[in-house]
Amino acid sequence: MPDLHVNIGALRLKNPVLTASGTFGYGTEFAPFLDLEALGGFIVKGTTLHPREGNDYPRMAETPSGMLNCVGLQNKGVEHFCSEIYPTLSNLDTAVIVNVSGSTVEDYAACAARIAELEHVPAIELNISCPNVQAGGMAFGVTARGAASVVAAVRKVYPKTLIVKLSPNVTDITEIARAAEAEGADSLSLINTLLGMAIDIESRKPVLSIATGGLSGPAVRPVALRMVWQTAKAVKVPIIGLGGICSAEDAIAFIMAGATAIQIGTANFIDPRTAAHVVQGINEWMQSHGVNSLDEIRGCI
Amino acid sequence: MSKTVAQLLVRERTMLTPHHALITLFSDTMPVCSAGQFLNVLVPDSPRTFLRRPISIHDYAPDGTLRLLVHDVGDGTHRLCRLQPDDTLDCLLPLGRPFSMPATPGDVLLVGGGVGVAPLLFLGKELARSGCAVTFILGGKTEADILRREAFEQVGRVGLTTEDGSAGTRGFVTHHPAMCQPYDRIYTCGPKPMMQAVAKVAHQTGTPCEASLENMMACGLGACLCCVEKTTSGNRCACTDGPVFDTKELLW
Repeated sequence: MPDLHVNIGALRLKNPVLTASGTFGYGTEFAPFLDLEALGGFIVKGTTLHPREGNDYPRMAETPSGMLNCVGLQNKGVEHFCSEIYPTLSNLDTAVIVNVSGSTVEDYAACAARIAELEHVPAIELNISCPNVQAGGMAFGVTARGAASVVAAVRKVYPKTLIVKLSPNVTDITEIARAAEAEGADSLSLINTLLGMAIDIESRKPVLSIATGGLSGPAVRPVALRMVWQTAKAVKVPIIGLGGICSAEDAIAFIMAGATAIQIGTANFIDPRTAAHVVQGINEWMQSHGVNSLDEIRGCI
Repeated sequence: MSKTVAQLLVRERTMLTPHHALITLFSDTMPVCSAGQFLNVLVPDSPRTFLRRPISIHDYAPDGTLRLLVHDVGDGTHRLCRLQPDDTLDCLLPLGRPFSMPATPGDVLLVGGGVGVAPLLFLGKELARSGCAVTFILGGKTEADILRREAFEQVGRVGLTTEDGSAGTRGFVTHHPAMCQPYDRIYTCGPKPMMQAVAKVAHQTGTPCEASLENMMACGLGACLCCVEKTTSGNRCACTDGPVFDTKELLW
């Protein structure tokens, strides 16, 4: 049997397959379709210090090989997560990672500090790349200085594994990646969605309520793969690759580009069993290719 | 019944109009479904269709058959309207919160417009079986838009409205005389302005009313939060908190 385990900082994952924040609910929504414990872990939806209603409907537009969304971080806030959701997840034998977002540096830090108290959450993913909120979100993730300020503040209050999720909506993603690494990020996940737009030519209006939204799905995969490849060469911390991954073959390409782990996002909407299929597919590919450890292929490009 | 991914066999596909198909699906292991629930259908061989298509359950029998009523409005539904017998369809089901049944049998009014009549047949059958007296009002722009009239007539009283007067009462569903009678409960599915007008009548008479929404969806599982509707308790997902809502909860 090949060894699928990977390490993200101090966090050991049983395999490299995670699910992306905002595409997997709190995991329990997918329990009828797959064994959550078969995954390396899952990243629960974006959580903020205070509850957020998100943006108005319509929040979604289908696009060629993908979709745009402008959900805008709808969630009931960190206290709701801690009291209502966490107890349902704390006995799972898989890594439950919380995606943390905010409007100000102080909010990010306060939310992260609260999550740090949860024994069975071994890591957070810091979302400095949401394109759908007015304040904070991507505003922090598009400059090295902004990224550094949030990561430094959270690093001070968050002792466990800190993953920073990067935006692709930048000129040079490696510059942001190096800034996050310098301030103590244990790992970088990329890419968040690409800023896009759709127009209804009959109503002569944007399809989405806030005009623009984040593009995800196979449409963005080549962009994501290129950015993972560039970033893996620019930093020493492990990279978690995501962007349109639908199959084991896609996942292996990201690992060859330098990713230590990967996330399944929009593909969860097409087939809720995808993440489990990818775990199985990676295992089969390794066996059929005589690969015993993912270290043998990681970053081979 | 737990949600599942199922491969359903296409038994039959009939065109009711050039743009509406009645599709009969079968499975030996068809999950138990309730009226008002829907399937999220993976459209085969349609490269321009990326997401599944949520389609409400039109008719359902415990022998493993389930029917869909599909309106050809785009690439995905166009392909579904071209399915052939023995094709298989990859479906997530059963999804969504069903219509609620009255605690005691009574007089119920089911109001549908266009392809929105789809879930009302399954619902009407369930209500009739529970002893309710079922009245339907089916609306369309013209007579050709009134779908499955004979099937509804086998379940209850049927009133028609058309905007051009080609069948039934001229005007909107709310113009039909049957709308003015007292009911214990009203159910509606169709274009939003129509459902809002029906809900208004229900509220004026203090009649409990449920509406089935068709907000655009991606996952159908409550994960993506794309299909939200504003309610008295904030944004709620049409796919899991709905598609059926008590109209008093909606901020219409």
